[in-house]
Amino acid sequence: MSTPIDYLLHLADNAVVLGQRNAEWCGHGPILEEDMALANVSLDLIGQARLLYQRAAELMGGDATEDKLAYFRGPHEFRNYTLLELPHHGPLVGYAAADRDYATTIVRNFLYSALMVHVWDGLQQSADPSLAAIAAKSLKETSYHLHHARDWLVRMGDGTEESHARAQAAVNHLMPYTEEFWTTSPAEGAAVAAKVAIDVWALRPAWDALVNDALAEATLTRPNFHGYITEGKIGLHSEHLSYLLGEMQGLARAHPGATW
Amino acid sequence: MNTPALKDWPLWEVFVRSKQGLEHKHCGSLHAADAAQALHMARDVYTRRQEGVSIWVVPSVAITASNPDDKGELFDPAADKIYRHPTFYEIPEEVGHM
Repeated sequence: MSTPIDYLLHLADNAVVLGQRNAEWCGHGPILEEDMALANVSLDLIGQARLLYQRAAELMGGDATEDKLAYFRGPHEFRNYTLLELPHHGPLVGYAAADRDYATTIVRNFLYSALMVHVWDGLQQSADPSLAAIAAKSLKETSYHLHHARDWLVRMGDGTEESHARAQAAVNHLMPYTEEFWTTSPAEGAAVAAKVAIDVWALRPAWDALVNDALAEATLTRPNFHGYITEGKIGLHSEHLSYLLGEMQGLARAHPGATW
Repeated sequence: MNTPALKDWPLWEVFVRSKQGLEHKHCGSLHAADAAQALHMARDVYTRRQEGVSIWVVPSVAITASNPDDKGELFDPAADKIYRHPTFYEIPEEVGHM
């Protein structure tokens, strides 16, 4: 059985969308050192996305390229988790740079990297050797992202009254979106059947343990889940993705084929 | 929440070893809340281009530095003591390059 391309796109879109989102902090970070740390995280993620898009393009054949996959697909064709496209703040209507909240950034990076360290670890045994190699490289990067985000999560949660309140608000806002991790999309199902992917559902106890441990150390409370489970990974996104892609894809679409 | 929040983070000096066997070299400084965070930040600021395999961070306040105003009395007197350099010995051929 061959590698389901939609599964590669799911992994790649996750990485590129979060990489683009986090890059918004570039030049606007709370302190210079953090500005660089987050830019490093973004560059890691965009690097992962490139390798995954290249692998997908290779399997698609024809005139598919990594650039076409990143810049010339619309929001409904993106397969990323909805969690990753959300702006850097709580549930507000509209947003501006001044509304960015670093706790939201950190909590999202924590929740996602806590999943991805387990996903990449498992994918090292993928039946697709290219994906296995990408996973081995990405695991090291993601381990650092997790370390970085967890460190800040604990500092904020167990910090001042204000940092605690902001971190708790971010956890309350973002945690429901993680429910999407545990549903199985057709692409994921096909990839598991082809032994290309691992069953994410099986990672849930390990993820829960990581998250609960960090939240306890950060003196934060895990909210009970209720409500709608997002479906970004089958192409049903929030209103935020199209703005993000508009910014990311605008230049490539205005000057198709341009090189520099 | 036992320790009070710091309004200004202390300064740290960063030393990076570029490869095994070489010494750590001073490469700059940064602000961080504590030593663990300073290490993280040093990694992100000073080793992005494969500059290192090991990092030390030292609180800047732990370093006692000589006063630049004392430069004259501290260092200038050594300028004309060339006999302190071991360059007046005859080295046997067999020793080769030292």
